[in-house]
Amino acid sequence: MSWDVYANVVIGGILTGLVYGLMALGLSVIFGVVRVVNFAHGEMMMVAMYLAVLGCGTWGVDPLWLMLPLAALMFVLGYALQSLLVHPFMTRPDHAQFMLLVAVGMILTNGALILFGPDARGVQVDYALDSFEFGPLLIDKVRLYAALAALAVAAALFGFFRLSATGKAIRACADNYRGALVVGLDVRRLFALTFGCGTACVGAAGAMLVLLGDVTPSLGPAYTLLAFVIVIVGGLGSMAGALVAGVLIGVSEALAGLILVPSMKSMVSFGLLILVLLFRPQGLLGRSA
Amino acid sequence: MALLEVAGLTKSFRGLKAVAGASFTVEAGAIVGLIGPNGAGKTTCFNLIAGAIRPDAGTVTLDGRPITGFSADRACRAGIGRTFQVVKPFVQLSVLDNVTVGALRATRDVATAQRAARQVLELLHLDHKAGQLAGTLTLPERKRLEVARALATGPKLLLLDEVMAGLRPTEIDEMVAVFRTLNRETGLTILLVEHVMRAVMALAGKIIVLHHGRIIAEGGPDQVVRDPAVLECYLGGAPA
Amino acid sequence: MNSLVSALPGRRRAGLILALGLLLAAPWVAGPYLLSVLVLALYYAYVGQAWNVMMGFAGQLSLGHALYVGLGAYVSATLYLHAGLGPWAGVPIAAAVSAAAGAVIGFLAFRFGIGGVYFALLTIAFAEFTRIGFEHVDWLGGAGGLFLPVVERGHLDIVDLRGGPRLFYYVLLALTVAALWLCHRLRTSRIGYYWLAIREDPEAAQALGIDLFRYRVLAAAISAAMASVAGSVAAFYYNSLTPADSFGSAKSIEIILGPLVGGLGTLIGPILGAFVLTGLGEALRALLDVTGHQVPGATQLFYGLVLLLVIKYLPGGIWPGLARHLGLGNRVG
Repeated sequence: MSWDVYANVVIGGILTGLVYGLMALGLSVIFGVVRVVNFAHGEMMMVAMYLAVLGCGTWGVDPLWLMLPLAALMFVLGYALQSLLVHPFMTRPDHAQFMLLVAVGMILTNGALILFGPDARGVQVDYALDSFEFGPLLIDKVRLYAALAALAVAAALFGFFRLSATGKAIRACADNYRGALVVGLDVRRLFALTFGCGTACVGAAGAMLVLLGDVTPSLGPAYTLLAFVIVIVGGLGSMAGALVAGVLIGVSEALAGLILVPSMKSMVSFGLLILVLLFRPQGLLGRSA
Repeated sequence: MALLEVAGLTKSFRGLKAVAGASFTVEAGAIVGLIGPNGAGKTTCFNLIAGAIRPDAGTVTLDGRPITGFSADRACRAGIGRTFQVVKPFVQLSVLDNVTVGALRATRDVATAQRAARQVLELLHLDHKAGQLAGTLTLPERKRLEVARALATGPKLLLLDEVMAGLRPTEIDEMVAVFRTLNRETGLTILLVEHVMRAVMALAGKIIVLHHGRIIAEGGPDQVVRDPAVLECYLGGAPA
Repeated sequence: MNSLVSALPGRRRAGLILALGLLLAAPWVAGPYLLSVLVLALYYAYVGQAWNVMMGFAGQLSLGHALYVGLGAYVSATLYLHAGLGPWAGVPIAAAVSAAAGAVIGFLAFRFGIGGVYFALLTIAFAEFTRIGFEHVDWLGGAGGLFLPVVERGHLDIVDLRGGPRLFYYVLLALTVAALWLCHRLRTSRIGYYWLAIREDPEAAQALGIDLFRYRVLAAAISAAMASVAGSVAAFYYNSLTPADSFGSAKSIEIILGPLVGGLGTLIGPILGAFVLTGLGEALRALLDVTGHQVPGATQLFYGLVLLLVIKYLPGGIWPGLARHLGLGNRVG
């Protein structure tokens, strides 16, 4: 195979990886601040994708237009989930939290199965097969648009955490939970806000991902794992790490699909996850402890 | 002969020397108090001996055997029993089971271990609570459970990390009596970190004073409390 | 078995003997449908007990236990198909393979100090890695899976474990009772005390002389070996196995529902939880059938709801409270 095949695959991997990175960013934010490991992350992603498919079917709009409404909707869901269900578990053992979210994931997956059936659903846009040509390089329009949108949402989230007063308060909670309580921050609300931000990322990423592939109810666990892989490779709790690792995973999966067989590409991610957990649990990009 | 020999023990955390070249000995059958102001490095010193953390330099010898850098479980098997400053009961296990875990150090047989555990519980006046979950105990009871568990492992040297803190004076006197009896009747050697001077003065035959990770005084209780360096570090004053 | 029964207070002993009697008689009373449900319940009771050793006793959360069940299924089925080795020889070999896998994963995780959520993720990663790997090994049937020759109805061959649901019912019942006995023995031995201590507080356990690494790896190996046998039996019962069904994350979750709902770390909890969940799930399915609805996913949705409610309102599971109500002693287990 000539180099341009590889180059095209790498570019596609980078662009897809940015969308993965946005999804993982949501997981990372939730863990970094709330210290809750969202085992239903991929299931939420799957729900967001179904909502995107439904919205496009109903109004006939481009899924990228649904990005913000979906993010808002998923924000509300995440906010409610954290403040009503997860928050009382903050003082319970870790595994109780995991199981709670595993249960939420089961409910979402099977709820979707009951509502939408097992068949794959997708969105058709008229530019689905178009691409930009730069000499021998071909860049899919859908991938490029989705990746740019992912970068925009990620940038907005960075801005929120760095610049806004609420964002700073949330980071204070993450740094020092007790301290935040002592200075009178409403931790319950801030945690719910953060969880909401995390699921909003998922909502936005869902709108983008329907451009890149179909959705089935059973997709959840695979996306949960993918998000974990990315976040752990990037370093749990690191926002920039999640994006970079998303790109890394996107590229390695794309290359694995080319060199091996497409169906084996996830093996590369899981193998990477195992290696990172064993040898660099702080993440490839995290600082060593 | 010294049961415990600590020589040149050093440990830094992020460049800050918590323990800086501490050397001391604990004679077999003695009760030694390790005191010092907050942050003097007492608990670090303890953890270095008990194997919870590794020293940067220095050696620890127990009964003539080097145990420097041992993991906590190996240190225990070598003969060190310890309590934790922040108590760590197995809350979902019964009080008896808590102590039985310790007693299983000496025997593989559970029934034998349970008998041994009951004896230790009696000694610490916890026998009436044997069937309760450890999570239901009050703080003073938890402190005693902590001691009972460590004792049950049959240590040569018992390390007590602030087991008197939070107890009422009468409870302190009870504990002091327990340790005295143990020491007299079984020859148990005890090294205790303690803020409650009432207990230290009553128990310890020798007191070691640690300040900024260094030993600044060592000797009998009466001698140490009159030592100018000790008075200075506790009461403040011009830096030396 | 004797020690288990004699160690129990009278009411518990009576209850256990009554339950066992009912279970022994059940296949002669139950129709084919009910029997298949009971087989399923026993399967989950047994495999839940296996997982409980790891999580309920030693406090190590494995969310990839399907790996060991699947290895048990694949190794024994492969030995049967490709080497002509019957299950009585194949099952122990498969259990040894799974135990080795559990020990290796445990070794890697605990040597490198991986705990909590990281350990859970590591177990999922190994299971998923294996699933995809097996889908690409043609010799093992690839993604389509393996098929064992189906026997004609009424044929009974205990040597090759070929037969109808009644055979498998008794095999699984025997396994469940054996697992209960084994877990009881483990829990009341030094190993059990050490596991519980590690589960409650690793640092305190270590200070009492417990080699955390050794006892954690031991828990992983025993739990994996036990789980493996369930996989082997299921392979010979269903006569077909695929990587997705054997190693998939949905399978790993199904395994842990029983103990979580019944009572984590208790001996009866995994069995009770498996029967309650399977019973309720099948009742729901039957109810939907009667009303003319075919709703795939309904039972799983229901399991998710039950799990959520139990975790929220009954963190210790059903059994501890039930045991108190029945006057079966206040000691958990």
